[in-house]
Amino acid sequence: MSEGLYTFVSLDLPALLALVFASVACGLMGNFLVLRRLSLMGDAIAHAVLPGIVLAFLVMMALGRPDQARHPLVMTLGAAASGVVTVLLVETIRRLGRVETGAAMGVAFSIMFALGVLMLEQAAAHQTDLDAECVLYGQLETIFWFPPRQTADLLTFGALSQAPRQVWTLALAAGGVILLVTLFYKELRIAAFDPALATTLGFSARLLHYAQMTVVAVAAVAAFEAVGSILVIALIICPAACARLLTDRLLSQLLVSVAVAVGASVAGYTLGAHAPLWLGAEHSLNAAGSVAVTLGAALTLAIIAAPRHGVVARRLRLFRLAVEVAREDALGLLHRAEEQGLGGLPRVALLATLDAGLAGRLGLRGAVRRGLVSIRNGECRLTDAGRDAARSLVRRHRLWETYLVEHGARPDHVHGPAERLEHARGAGDRAIEPTIDADHDPHGRPIPR
Amino acid sequence: MHHAPASITDVSMQWPTVGEVWRTVTLQAGFNAAVVVAGTALLGFAAGVVGTFALLRKRALMGDALAHATLPGVALAFIVAAALGAGGKSLAVLLPGAALTGVAGVICVQLIVRHTRLTEDAAIGAVLSVFFGAGVVLLSWIQTMPTGGQAGLATFIYGQTAAMTVRDAVLMGAVAVIAAAAATLLFKEFALVAFDDAFARVQGWPVSAVDLAMMSLVVLVTVIGLQAVGLILVVAMLIIPAAAARFWTERLWRMTLIAGIIGALSGHLGASASALLPRLPVGSVIVLVSGAVFVVSMFAAPARGVVAGAARAARLRAKIARDHMLLEVGRLSSAGPGAVRINQIARARGWGALTAWLTARSLVRRGLARVRDGEVTLTGAGRAATDRLARTRALWEAYLTRYADVAPSHVDYSADLVEHILSPEIVAELESTLPGRDAPPEGAAA
Repeated sequence: MSEGLYTFVSLDLPALLALVFASVACGLMGNFLVLRRLSLMGDAIAHAVLPGIVLAFLVMMALGRPDQARHPLVMTLGAAASGVVTVLLVETIRRLGRVETGAAMGVAFSIMFALGVLMLEQAAAHQTDLDAECVLYGQLETIFWFPPRQTADLLTFGALSQAPRQVWTLALAAGGVILLVTLFYKELRIAAFDPALATTLGFSARLLHYAQMTVVAVAAVAAFEAVGSILVIALIICPAACARLLTDRLLSQLLVSVAVAVGASVAGYTLGAHAPLWLGAEHSLNAAGSVAVTLGAALTLAIIAAPRHGVVARRLRLFRLAVEVAREDALGLLHRAEEQGLGGLPRVALLATLDAGLAGRLGLRGAVRRGLVSIRNGECRLTDAGRDAARSLVRRHRLWETYLVEHGARPDHVHGPAERLEHARGAGDRAIEPTIDADHDPHGRPIPR
Repeated sequence: MHHAPASITDVSMQWPTVGEVWRTVTLQAGFNAAVVVAGTALLGFAAGVVGTFALLRKRALMGDALAHATLPGVALAFIVAAALGAGGKSLAVLLPGAALTGVAGVICVQLIVRHTRLTEDAAIGAVLSVFFGAGVVLLSWIQTMPTGGQAGLATFIYGQTAAMTVRDAVLMGAVAVIAAAAATLLFKEFALVAFDDAFARVQGWPVSAVDLAMMSLVVLVTVIGLQAVGLILVVAMLIIPAAAARFWTERLWRMTLIAGIIGALSGHLGASASALLPRLPVGSVIVLVSGAVFVVSMFAAPARGVVAGAARAARLRAKIARDHMLLEVGRLSSAGPGAVRINQIARARGWGALTAWLTARSLVRRGLARVRDGEVTLTGAGRAATDRLARTRALWEAYLTRYADVAPSHVDYSADLVEHILSPEIVAELESTLPGRDAPPEGAAA
């Protein structure tokens, strides 16, 4: 294979694979944390696996097995144990001490992390690459693979067994998480949305909670060594948060979150490791940090532009509603003017009374376009179709006023509420209509038929 | 950490002598060490005081987002200062940068919570990881800059007092004093907003301005704590002393004071330990000291501690058991002879032998019963107490059926539960509300 391809396979591919597997493992589990408002449990666990890893390391050193001290199984056991300890600690502090969840997490994870840092200083004396900085940043840049030169030999057992340990660990973790989520999809779903229902259905929500946290801890530790604890937190929370803004169904949320995590990982790695070089810089930037920033950018994009739940979409929906309300209000105003013997209202006066700015102008224009209002020489008048529409609107308004007064509201207080209720067509006004047989509203004005 | 031990084969630590420990803790081990220890203690005091309000306002973890979000600010300030040709490592440059992005992080959290369907926990987690990631990227850029590495900046992550100059320590102490003083001056406003912000708003208090002031103090404490404790653990100085103090008292000013003292103690011991054993990371020692205080408080504090709570619950259970035994003896002895066998009572109530025996002893101690040959006999005082209990119970049953709409078949159980918590005044009041005293359901109770 060519030199460039070989560099890619030995340097970039392991890092990319590690990132992709980490994205799948952490991203999937993150969904359940975000849905259960336990995102910060991911934060706490990612910090708290540190003492477990260091303790496992120190124990192996003390047992005289330094060669086994970084064995993935040992580290996973240590981290899973400290993850569970953290969860138990949070629960204990919360229940026994009656401390609110957020503060309980803060207490538990900072004590665990402090313990980890302190023990790390001990481990540092054993001349190890486990150091406080790689705990945070990870060591994506130092994962290498030295595969055979021949492309055909790449997928042989011999070549693959030479692949970096971190990649294999993460591949296993990702596979395990996918398997568990598939097997226990139903249980996880019920527990995420209604833990009480889960318990009444006969499987313990609390047991599931601990099992889930253990899986998070295992996923976190598998990813931790390669990508660092900060990116673990970002991978747990950001993709799930993105997906939560983009979808309304759990299955699609899971798929979208994994897609976001993988996409942001690949893009972030490229931006951090290669983009600076393309731009002429001499060094690349930290890849884990760059992936975290890319995840942040993806989340920002989702917050702004998500089709249903994004800020822009929400604003637009509200604005469209405001235009619709202004259109109906314009009809109502013109109808009341006709009742008082005026043929119409000047456009300027109408807009000023609507007092809805751009929405008011667009609402009036909509009424004209629909043939409900005609404007001649700056004077707005109802058309016949408009008069019908206005009559039914004013009818709803006065029905609501009558209804409210019949049910104890003071007559001088009902105009405001009726002004809002008149725009809501549906079950409400159909339900009150037959109960009212008055011809006039509380203010003595006729209720149109 | 970046400061390597003298030799990599040097596993052992140089343990200080008792004299050294005493001199360091009492601030007599040289001017420099004394100033750093005192400054850290003041920082701990301010963090405890400010943290109390943050905890009660349920903003504890906001401090975590804030602290992590300071990293890009520190890095940016360094880059800007280096580009302008100034020395980048002065605190006067770095700390404003830290405050700037820290506040930006907090604002992001609040915007996300207000304008999207995401909850606060997700917002905090996303902001802290993304901002910190940005900081890491900037640090990796700084490392490649010709002006010389990030060595001075990495201390902001884990904290280190060994690198602090006297000027840094004095600055830290002074700002801490200002923060604590400001919190004291605004005590009334903070208390009001922390306990009932809706009431405060209705009363016309500027709640958002008070919140802003509270958050500013949190920012201040976090930022000056960065160098000593590090940005990952600085949030612990806000949370742990306050949460520990909560166990000791129900009064806010006492809680504030206790939190301040716990914070100062942790800061003092942490900085002292680090002065004696430079390899010890200060932040961790401070957190572990306050963590130990937290654990002790959680179990041993008389006001809300676990042990005190368990003792209260046990006393209540014992009283309830005594009441039950009196009623049971009264019921069983009304039909036959005055003496009732203890295991007969145990069977009737479903108790173990030990519970029954202990309850009987407790009745004897109070002069309400006599025990001979495994049989319980009521004394005069015991009979009077039993009559009183039976009457309370009958009252309750009548009240529950007539006024609380409890089905007659359920009344016995409910009455059983509530009769023990009645005070004499309530009994009197109940009696006056039931002038006729209908016959309670299920015949005369007990």
